Formats: sequence, structure tokens, C-alpha cells
Amino acid sequence: MPDRRPFLHVRDVGKTFTVRNPSGSERVDALHHVDLMIDKGEFVCLIGASGCGKSTLLRIVAGFETPSYGDVRVYDSPITGPGSDRGMVFQDYALFPWMTVRENIAFGPRQKQKSRAEIQKTTDSYVEMVGLAKFADRYPYQLSGGMKQRVAIARVLANEASILLMDEPFGALDALTREQLQDELLEIWARTQVTVIFVTHSVEEATLLADRVVVMTAGPGRIESDNGVTLARPRDVSAPDFNAVRRNLTERLTSHVSRRRLKSAA
Amino acid sequence: MERLRNVLLGASFPLALILLWHMGVVASGTKLVPTPATVAVMMRDFAFGGVYDDAFSGTILTHLFASMQRVYGGFLLAAAIGIPLGLLIGKIALLRALLDPTLSLLRPIPVTAWLPLSMVFFGLGPRSAVFLVFLGAFYPILLNTVFGVRSVDAKLFEAAAMLGCDGSRMFRQVVMPAALPAIFNGLRLGHGFAWILIVVGEMTGVPTGLGSVIMDGRTLSRPDLVITGMVVIGVAGFLCDRLIVWLNNRVLAWSPQHRA
Repeated sequence: MPDRRPFLHVRDVGKTFTVRNPSGSERVDALHHVDLMIDKGEFVCLIGASGCGKSTLLRIVAGFETPSYGDVRVYDSPITGPGSDRGMVFQDYALFPWMTVRENIAFGPRQKQKSRAEIQKTTDSYVEMVGLAKFADRYPYQLSGGMKQRVAIARVLANEASILLMDEPFGALDALTREQLQDELLEIWARTQVTVIFVTHSVEEATLLADRVVVMTAGPGRIESDNGVTLARPRDVSAPDFNAVRRNLTERLTSHVSRRRLKSAA
Repeated sequence: MERLRNVLLGASFPLALILLWHMGVVASGTKLVPTPATVAVMMRDFAFGGVYDDAFSGTILTHLFASMQRVYGGFLLAAAIGIPLGLLIGKIALLRALLDPTLSLLRPIPVTAWLPLSMVFFGLGPRSAVFLVFLGAFYPILLNTVFGVRSVDAKLFEAAAMLGCDGSRMFRQVVMPAALPAIFNGLRLGHGFAWILIVVGEMTGVPTGLGSVIMDGRTLSRPDLVITGMVVIGVAGFLCDRLIVWLNNRVLAWSPQHRA
């Protein structure tokens, strides 16, 4: 019998920050009553202007921040902190600079006190998967941005995370490297069945990658719309139907921005 | 090729200074400052003997080893207390609140001001010298270690936590290696201070050591002996610093910006 409980369930989550400034303190509604359900193996993109709370939501799912109200559950058990079932890939990599590629990837398995042989085997297979066999003994400073992000992805996968959280992971990369990593990510996703939550501000990136694109808006941060993307894979960015989806998403992303602009102009 | 050029450039300036020194002494006709040649003779006698055949002839190793024992006694003691204490103060807010005001109060007191008290505590002898060297090396090591722990990138903690690392393992596997560049920085500074303070430390009436040689030179009105002591301290401190730099570059091979 299939498991009927939702895999990942964001239940009425809110987050309020207090920002101190010279004229006193101000409360900012980073997230306001957010509900979201994600199935196992889904690829979901969170997209929105800066300040819409997409990164905050991701950090709450990671367990790095606690929500002001509501909770996030994985198969009905609430998230209370960081855990090895969820792995984050940061925009600025956050690799351990004193460890080689191999040691970075082995970090998770090592925490689980597995046998040396087992750690070696897992590490080797993920080094291979991200195509860094030739660079396994290099330090992070000796790698390009694209290579560093491959290590960060492999580090999370080697830890047997079932949810891959990605916070604008390709934002700092050049266009060619970004395209290559997007392709590799899709390949890895297809091969490992991992669930991906991917924060981006690029509509094109979201359209290319996602099963679902969740559009978020700022002030207060909430979900504007949840859009399934049914385009067949592999997707062709120059195809007319791809363009249609992208245009639709762009409209959703900018609609209330322009509405608000009209309001303030009037 | 570039290395050779740098060595030549680095050596040319002190050589020019020595030349200037020589010309200055000759031109002014002073009897108070010896010429570089006189000092060179003294250094030869200090190292090998056979010139003056007095109490200082051929005694360089005795004095050098005596001083090094005190420098490294004080320095290693400072490292052995400063690094663990710095790690704890950096990590535990309660300890920081407890100790930081006291340390900030004690730190500006010059080591030389401790001289009389240290003679009361430790008597006239090498233990007093070790204590003063320890004081001088302790604060840079402690403060840099605290700084190193406090400035670990928060993302590295998050990354480690999501990979299943916590508690004392976090301390060992993330905090310590991440703080290592700052700790090395503190060690190098502290090591420099240790050599600086050896003269002060050996003012306390010890019979051997480079500091006592300088003090003796002063009482005996032998400036050539004073300068000889200064040069030996300079060269020994320099060579030992290179050793620390070499160690630093090996241990911090992963961090090109921390290579010295």
C-alpha cells in the first residue's frame, strides 16, 4: 500500500524577523501563513523577487531556522533542526577549505562512523558521479566555481540525503558552466530519485528544471501561485511551448509588482 | 631567478647600512661606538675564541642555548595555556563574559612593569625570565585564537550540522581547523615577542644568556659586546621565525592567503 502521508509538508509556516534601525525596531513578515506539500522525488523550484522569503523557507526546511509559527514535517514527523535527511547546497559552496574534494565528500559518511572501506567506496562513487576523479585530491581553492558546486552536491548525496535543498546554487557561475551544471543536476536527479527544492530568481532556470514552480511574493512573503510544468524532458529552451510556460511564469512573477506600481502612481 | 633577485635585494640594504655605520664612526671619530670591523672581531671571539681570551670567548653556544631554553620555555608555556584557553573563551560565551574584562585590564600592562613583581615571585634567576617571556607571548596567542574561533564562517557550522556533525566532534572537526590560520598568526606574533622579551627577562641577574651578555657589555662599557649580543638575538630570532613560517606553510597548504 502506498504511503498516503505527504512526504514533505510545510504547514501554515510564518517567520517574523525584528530588524533594528536608528528609528527603533521594525517587524518584518518574511513568511506569512505558507502551506506547501511536496511529493517524494519531485523537483520544485521556488521563485520570486528578493525579500519574498524563498531562502527563509528553504532554511526553515533545512532546520537552520525555526518558524515563528507552524511547522514542517517529513512523513508526519516535525523538523526540529538540521538533519542528514536534508542537505543544503549553498550559493557560495560552504565547502570545508582545509579538506580535499574527497575529504569533503567523505564528511557525512565519516560522521556516521561507517567502516573505512565503506566510506571509501561511497566517496569514490560520488566523486565519479560528479566527474571529479582527476581532482579528488585538490583543495577547494584549486577548483573552479562549477567544480566546487559539484563537490557540494556530491557531499550532500554521499550523506544519503533524500531532500536536496539548493539556494540559488548556480547564481555565481558563468552562463556556460551554469547550463552544464543544470544538465548534470537533472541527470543526477533522474538517477537518484532525490527530492529537490531549488530556489532561483531565474524564470528560465525554473522552467528548465522544475516539475512545479512555486511563485512567491514579498511584503509579506507568501505563495502567489503553484504552477505545474508538464513540458516533456529533456526540455528545449528554444521551443515555442517552453517559451509559453516561461512567459506565463514571468507574468505571474511581475503581475502584482506592476499592480502595486500602478497603485502608488495613482 | 626571481628568488635570487629577492635575496640580493634583501641583503643589499643591511650591507648598505653597515657601510653607512662604518663611515659614520670614522667620520665622527667617536670612541663610544665601535666600527663594524671591531664588532666582527668580537663576534669571532664570541663564537670561536682566540682573540681576547676573556670570560666571553667561545661562549656563544652556552649563551644561545640558555636563552633559547627560556624563550621556548616561555613560548611553549604560553601556547600550551593560550591555545586551549582561547578555544574555550571563543566557544563559550559564559567564559568570555567571565574572563574578558580581566584580560582586557591586564593586557595593556607592559611586560617590563611586571619585572619587579616577577623577581619577588620567582626570585633572581631563569624562572623569572621564563615568566616574562610567557607573559609577552601569551596575549597574542590567546587573542588570535579567540578571534579565530569567533570568526569561523557560520555556513560551515550549518554545513557540518546538516551532515550529522555536532557537539565535541564539531569542535574538533570544524572549529579547530577553521581557527588554525588565526592560531598560527598568534603563534608567530607570540614567538616574535618571546625573542624581544628575552633581554628584559635576562635583566633579572641570570649569569648566562644573550640578554645577560648585553647587560654585561653595558656594565663593562663594551659596546662591541652589546652589539654582538644584539646581532646574535636578531639572527637566531630570524632563523626560528623562518622555521615557524615553514611549518605554517606546510600545515596551511589548503589556504593560499595564509601562506607567509
